[in-house]
Amino acid sequence: MKKVFINKEVDVNEEGYLIDFNQWDREVAECIAGECEIVMEEKHWEVIEYIQEKHQNSEPLSIRGIKKSGVINIKEFYGLFPGGPLKKATMIAGIPKPKSCI
Amino acid sequence: MSTKVRKMLFILSKATIENVYAAFVMANGARMEGIESEIFFTFFGLEAIQKNKLEHLRVATVGNPALHIPTMIGGLPGMEALATKMMKKEMEKLDMPPIGEFLEILSDSGCKLWGCKLAIDMFHLKKEDLIDDLDGIITIGDFYNRANEDGTQMLFI
Repeated sequence: MKKVFINKEVDVNEEGYLIDFNQWDREVAECIAGECEIVMEEKHWEVIEYIQEKHQNSEPLSIRGIKKSGVINIKEFYGLFPGGPLKKATMIAGIPKPKSCI
Repeated sequence: MSTKVRKMLFILSKATIENVYAAFVMANGARMEGIESEIFFTFFGLEAIQKNKLEHLRVATVGNPALHIPTMIGGLPGMEALATKMMKKEMEKLDMPPIGEFLEILSDSGCKLWGCKLAIDMFHLKKEDLIDDLDGIITIGDFYNRANEDGTQMLFI
């Protein structure tokens, strides 16, 4: 599925997650965030970088991992990405939706 | 969000580890999907929110055919502890948090945790015996009133 953000065309799956991380940049991220009604600020970017790094190292993402991350605590995480934080943060970060139940 | 579920209310009445984790995983899973969740701890479920008991919950090795341990052997001293240890080890591999940490995660995630007034009175428990993250001690009537929006589901465990 193709999706056009400003002037850039990206490939996404049926849930709206980027298929190719090479198409990701901050503008794309801001557009996805906008669709989730999230305005990106410094703390959001910090979290996005953290989860991208985790993903690159093939480390599974979980809410427990967020608790231990040292970047953000769980309450803040829910505050920054309301309504399913890990789901939304990964979508904005341009990486696949986590498969974990925890 | 395509699901029509907006709020999940759980009544946890048991203290065997698999039941407690079932409630916790479902309540946490709801929050992670943007669904509200709350847990009402009653009867033996109260063990999961008692400070000095919550890390000592066990798997039942008697009357649990799915464990495939003959009942007479399951009843031997130390069997429950052994089975529990093995199960906890497997859970740790999957990065499942211990009960205490899981309760913190739930509370921080916005899952409301309630103690059942009747059961707390029955077991002569005091507020100090229960975890600090508890949102309150309420009646079942109060809990029904938490089902205040369309798309609320209630589960008894």
